[in-house]
Amino acid sequence: MAMLAEPRYHSPEVLDEVFTDLEHFGPSGLPFAGGTDVVVGLRKGKLAPRVMVDLKRVADLAQGIEVNDTWLRIGALTTLSRLVAHPDVRSHFPALVEAANTVGSIQIRNRATLAGNICNASPAADTAPALLAYHARIALVSRHGIRQMPVADFVLGPRRTALRAGEVVNGIDLPLDGGVAGSSFTRLTRRRGVDLATVSVCAVVDRRGTHIAYGAVAPRPFVLTDNAGVLADPHADPAARKALLTGFAAHASPISDLRGSREYRQAMVITCSERALQTAITRRHRP
Amino acid sequence: MSSHRVTLDINGEPHSLDVTATQTLLDALRWQLDLTGTKKCCAEGECGACTVLLDGLAVNSCLVLATELHGASVTTIEGIGTPSSLSRLQDAFLAEGAVQCGFCIPGMVMAAHALLADQPHPDAATIRDRLSGNLCRCAGYPRILRAVQLASSQADE
Repeated sequence: MAMLAEPRYHSPEVLDEVFTDLEHFGPSGLPFAGGTDVVVGLRKGKLAPRVMVDLKRVADLAQGIEVNDTWLRIGALTTLSRLVAHPDVRSHFPALVEAANTVGSIQIRNRATLAGNICNASPAADTAPALLAYHARIALVSRHGIRQMPVADFVLGPRRTALRAGEVVNGIDLPLDGGVAGSSFTRLTRRRGVDLATVSVCAVVDRRGTHIAYGAVAPRPFVLTDNAGVLADPHADPAARKALLTGFAAHASPISDLRGSREYRQAMVITCSERALQTAITRRHRP
Repeated sequence: MSSHRVTLDINGEPHSLDVTATQTLLDALRWQLDLTGTKKCCAEGECGACTVLLDGLAVNSCLVLATELHGASVTTIEGIGTPSSLSRLQDAFLAEGAVQCGFCIPGMVMAAHALLADQPHPDAATIRDRLSGNLCRCAGYPRILRAVQLASSQADE
């Protein structure tokens, strides 16, 4: 393994030490949790930090999921395996479970965290469309306190987030008072099992409207909403529905790569959104 | 180059290792401990050949840094059975002829071992799903599936 220079490894037990490390090392300090993307990045030389800050032993960061009347909070250190096994996540946010279950393999999900999947900011991050469609908010903590923003605003572009120097994720909140009626995640891959998404779509029908979020077809995941009730109405004119979804798909700007051409992706964005929406509506009307 | 002292439990025995910050668990097992049953193949979490149990859960040892493991418990294929005393699962792989070139088998056995510890009687779809992170380039999947089913059927006997 060719390495420019071995980084240091720190495993702080309190957030204060994390902040000190990140302030001291600036952009060459790399906070990480599961490490499933980070270790590959190190090996390929795409990441060359001076210090690696392992967050797993930080006592003030949660490894589990907390539920109150209005929010479900997924702690920064919650692995995808723990996430998909949680009964409240399964009952309220099934599309997030579907999305998280497509990340890598069981071996990856036993290590990888939801927060890490978002911070890695891959345009194809599987969990991102589900978090956007459910209107998840991300909480960021630094020495100056906690600030929150929609996950949709947090991911800025490939490998770029709104995380500031000296800041780490504290948790990801999903609203329990949004009146989610039906939701579904659909993903197109070249093969079943371990593969990155060619196109991914999450559809959520809730009290405010129908939200369709898209992954792997733009520099960052994005979400669009139909407030007119056309998409949510199972008796709506199919042509009207198709026209809306085609309009949504015009916001995509896919690239050609080894997983699919731009034209194929552009066509499959519409197909995948139709499938995700249909399943979400079916689930909504299930007694 | 800074070195880190890590104390962990491997196959039930305590070990102290001096590792660099970016050294993987996989390389530590193979090069420092001579536990070469755990195989190195893709080294990026695609193939599952390096699967071990970390605190009871299946993980890719190529994606875990040895420095992360202070106080952890690791089980490798050497901790599952020995040549003279194979586990029921390993016996089932032999009985079904599930081993062709053999390179993927330690990882397959570890992933299947974790599955059966979690769910003693999984259906075929669950077995396929839980082994989907393990590639067999001989494409011996049907026999591997049958081996896991055989071991599962023997679990109550």
